[in-house]
Amino acid sequence: MIVSVKDVTKRFGRVVALDGVSFTLRENAIYGLLGRNGAGKTTLMQILTGQQLPTAGTVEVFGARPYENDAVLARTCFVREAQRYPDDYRVKHALRAAALLFPNWDEAYAQSLVDEFGLPRSRPIKKLSRGMLSAVGVVVGLASRAPLTLFDEPYLGLDAAARQLFYDRLLADYAEHPRTVVLSTHLIDEVADLVEHVLVIDQGRLIVDEEADQLRGQMVTVTGPPAAVDAFVAGRTELHRTTIGPLVRSTLRGVADADSRAEAERLGVTITPLSLQQMVVSLTTGAARPDMLKETPQ
Amino acid sequence: MDEGRPIFVQIAEEIENAIIDGSLPEESQVPSTNELAAFHRINPATAAKGINQLVADGILYKKRGIGMFVSPGARAKLRDRRREQFADRYLRPLIVEARKLGISTAEVKDMIDTWETR
Repeated sequence: MIVSVKDVTKRFGRVVALDGVSFTLRENAIYGLLGRNGAGKTTLMQILTGQQLPTAGTVEVFGARPYENDAVLARTCFVREAQRYPDDYRVKHALRAAALLFPNWDEAYAQSLVDEFGLPRSRPIKKLSRGMLSAVGVVVGLASRAPLTLFDEPYLGLDAAARQLFYDRLLADYAEHPRTVVLSTHLIDEVADLVEHVLVIDQGRLIVDEEADQLRGQMVTVTGPPAAVDAFVAGRTELHRTTIGPLVRSTLRGVADADSRAEAERLGVTITPLSLQQMVVSLTTGAARPDMLKETPQ
Repeated sequence: MDEGRPIFVQIAEEIENAIIDGSLPEESQVPSTNELAAFHRINPATAAKGINQLVADGILYKKRGIGMFVSPGARAKLRDRRREQFADRYLRPLIVEARKLGISTAEVKDMIDTWETR
């Protein structure tokens, strides 16, 4: 276990950003940190990387508190959504700074990524497009090979091909150099098969902490005539229901295993497993809060 | 990958299918965990879980330092297992759909016969 978070609460004035969050991260695994805008994902990552102190609770990273702890921070790489660089920095300066900061930095690998992402080495950072800026973060995050690497929405402005390149390079490099990776993202479908473990935060609380394979197929929709759907739903937890003409669609907690498929067949209803993205949406659809509008959706 | 079923199960099934259809002969080497992960764009630990399930089943065996290989007798073993599952996996949905459409069992049998002579 390389990260241990116990009962962490973070308040900003009267706003509770994190509310009694506890979990651990193990060595060499890829985690998906999922949730809506304003759920507390970024705050949590800032606390893990020593950029914020929790209001209450304890955080240990590599067995020590991360805040102002150089030994811990040298083993941690946090790729932020909106990384700031000094005004006169060019791409090569950002890479040189990263090379000095991270003990495991692989310069040859960084240079090959720069070529693959088509980054202009001598262009001033402030003249980069949004996608190129994200690519700089991705290169730093991969080439730093930090034992704990956190990506906070790393792909803003990256097109589908560049995002695929990121996923492919991440998987290949992770296979060669295993480490703990936390991917915070809204593009859940794109990373669903990449992550080994899923953490979902909703309104500051951790509501899912589970292996991705365990989670798959834990929620289903059942569609059919109302009486048949009711018969299927009986004894199960229904989360949501929609009616269209003579059909009812119910979203419920349950597994699409052989038994429930047989039961669905017998009752004449269609059972469909939810994707990870659909699951997260139905678990986190609360009332819209004003702070959700602050972050620009992609 | 298909939703709702664990990915490691699907990885294991894919290798099983390759063994059954002969594209992975007995004693041949199967792709490594990292190759499977990169090809399917899945987590290497998940790919490893699929492989390990086949090792536990005796379908694959490990040659230390070299990789995973198809066990002798794996093909026959898999075929037997799939034959046992055949009725449940393929006949059941056929009968259910036939019933829904009002097609009798005799008609279904008839269709199978004509299908074969096409």
